[in-house]
Amino acid sequence: MEVSGLSRKHLRRGLALVVPLLTAAAITACSAPGADQASPEASAAPVSTELGSGPITLEMYAESGFPLAKALADEFTKQYPNVRFNVREDQFTVIVENAPRVLASDNAPDIIRLPTEVDLVKDGLLKNLDPYFTAYGWDRFPASQLVQLRVAEGGRPRGTGSLYGMGLGYSVTGVFYNKALARQVGMTEPPSTIAEFEELLAKAKTAGVQPIMQFNKNTAGVNFPHQALQNQFGDPAQIADWIFQKPGATFDTPAALKATQTIQRWAQAGYFPKDANALDYTAMMGEFQKGHGLFMFNGDWESGNLDRSMPGNVGFFLFPTESGTGRHVAMSAPNTFGVGAKAKHPDAAAFFLNWVHTNPTAREISVTVGGSHPGGPSDLAVPAAPAGSVLAQTLKASQQLGAENGAVDFTANATGGIFAAAITPELQKLVAGQQTPQGYVQAVQAEYAKELSR
Amino acid sequence: MTPAVGNARTGPTTVPLAGRRNRPSPVRPHRRRWGRTARWGGWLYVLPALLMYAVFVLRPLALTFQYSLYHWNGIGVARWAGLDNYLTVFTDRDLLKIISNAFVLIVFFSLIPVGLGLLVASLVRRITAGPFGTVVRTILFLPQVIPLVAAGIAWSWLLSSNGLVNQVLRAVGLGGLARAWLGDFDTALPAVGVIGAWVLLGLCTILLVTGMSKIDPALYEAARIDGAGPVREFFAVTLPSLRHEIGVCLTVTVIAALASFDIVYISTSGGPGLQTTVPGLEIYRLAFSQRQVGLASALAVVLMLLVLACVLPIQRLTREEKG
Repeated sequence: MEVSGLSRKHLRRGLALVVPLLTAAAITACSAPGADQASPEASAAPVSTELGSGPITLEMYAESGFPLAKALADEFTKQYPNVRFNVREDQFTVIVENAPRVLASDNAPDIIRLPTEVDLVKDGLLKNLDPYFTAYGWDRFPASQLVQLRVAEGGRPRGTGSLYGMGLGYSVTGVFYNKALARQVGMTEPPSTIAEFEELLAKAKTAGVQPIMQFNKNTAGVNFPHQALQNQFGDPAQIADWIFQKPGATFDTPAALKATQTIQRWAQAGYFPKDANALDYTAMMGEFQKGHGLFMFNGDWESGNLDRSMPGNVGFFLFPTESGTGRHVAMSAPNTFGVGAKAKHPDAAAFFLNWVHTNPTAREISVTVGGSHPGGPSDLAVPAAPAGSVLAQTLKASQQLGAENGAVDFTANATGGIFAAAITPELQKLVAGQQTPQGYVQAVQAEYAKELSR
Repeated sequence: MTPAVGNARTGPTTVPLAGRRNRPSPVRPHRRRWGRTARWGGWLYVLPALLMYAVFVLRPLALTFQYSLYHWNGIGVARWAGLDNYLTVFTDRDLLKIISNAFVLIVFFSLIPVGLGLLVASLVRRITAGPFGTVVRTILFLPQVIPLVAAGIAWSWLLSSNGLVNQVLRAVGLGGLARAWLGDFDTALPAVGVIGAWVLLGLCTILLVTGMSKIDPALYEAARIDGAGPVREFFAVTLPSLRHEIGVCLTVTVIAALASFDIVYISTSGGPGLQTTVPGLEIYRLAFSQRQVGLASALAVVLMLLVLACVLPIQRLTREEKG
């Protein structure tokens, strides 16, 4: 019958269409993905430290909720009207996910907030800043300030080799405390040993005060206290080596194990909120500002915020050492910004980064807006913060840490995936009693080894 | 969405997703006169949509399959992997747990909404006409209109330690049960499931109510004359008549369960541990945060096959026995 003849014809037509489609698919499929990616050659062209007077538009990719970048850009345009900024903002986690593709595109940003540099350097997506380091004399900066921003050729290890970024402020972490609750539990001054700190935790618990307000949902906030402990229990150089992916470095150390055991003990004692695994960062900040929680492990990026929301009622201290003597060690990292390898105005971008570290107004903005140490040459004064503010305390802590050479990067930054793939789920299990300390340490190291083997 | 029930002219009734190629072509009367022009003229109308389909569905599909055969970070040059990534998907303990989570969600996303939907639909069937029926339908359908992200946020408030759910529990003296539902290892996945059930219940109910309104009232009358009670009536008349609607409901909700992402991402981000991580979320994480595009693609291909393996039997079962 005709209908069936027609349907055969339709079928044939359908086939006629499917065949070229499949062919097209096959054509796209014949070369390995990424093969067409031209690796940007390392340009040996001389760099300029002159901004010039021609109009320049700098493409900036910054983090939302981090107003410092925009504030600095605005001030820069005020001082150098020929330079305008086109600022695109995203949440940090979004930048982490987008950075490789954005940097590989033809519209690569000139200045970009960076997640971990390692993979980006490996893929040749970041500008080597060594020529600018020489041209601007950044050797006058304390070497420890920029060490986390150095990456060896090929992306590994970090902490040595060429410079690939600069900080828009240099953050320090420690413990914020609620002064009113501190008085309530009889804390007159910050604890000077870990034992004293634990005593305060126990006192708070007895007094019905939540000892530590810490988030552990989405990303593991309990990693703050974990690393704070780990920093004290062993040689911090060991932690730094692991973070910088030095050959042979391992997370499976007595220090990490002892830190994990301590965290487990604290979790069992109810020192963390019972619903920590259901609290995200924003919820934690809200609870702490409402006066729920004596301590909170966090960084100086919240100083300005806390000064506004709890004026005069917040203090800050660097996490104490085990013995009460010796240097402090704390997580401290630059708010890293880099220059794209395909950036159209790398000279102007480097000029801006140098200006951020050396211009008095810019340094002022770094402190008042960013809440962080502005970095730069050690002979430049750090702008003062209002007396009695927690900002003044975090700034002082930052300087102290610099003087004691006690800064280490975050273990969460060791590899691109370690935080999401291992630290976060395993710490969630640990505080819920679903993972042992030994199991935690091994799981993190296993994921690390897996990632480095790729 | 409305299933083609009782459309006798086209012969064997088909669910909307099924093939249409047996339908007589509308071009036919002109064919002899217009010859080849008309034959290709039809394609011209289809071309824009077809182009979109090829560029946004077929090509990505082919590329995903291609990527799944490589180790690739999304930027650099890829290394040939053969079937390594598939091997990982089927042997990695974490990935297997993640896939099994999706199957647990089927209970909440499919079975509960369809089951409850049938119950609710038979209850509201009699009031579907009139303004009250409209109100009921609107309320039931509302969760479908609300963006899943908003629903996820609202529910994570409701289910938090001091949220409404726990407040109610404490008020009625069940404070011992109160907990952070989404942060607890035992309750997180069921809690996510409840959110999904809430979202999909409305959709299922509306589909089923619509289906019921098409059942010939004479059948009910006959059943009642034969002495059937409401329960008997339901199993003898309502249920068999709703085979197609149930098929559509199951298809849509099983896909929603297996390919879930938004609700999980917003309410738990896959935590605590891997308790609520589902394949959709893991594919996204692998591709964009861990930059393992190959493994992510392999998981995506496996997920697609799993969806087909679950949905095709449903399609077949609900299609065949009608006639």
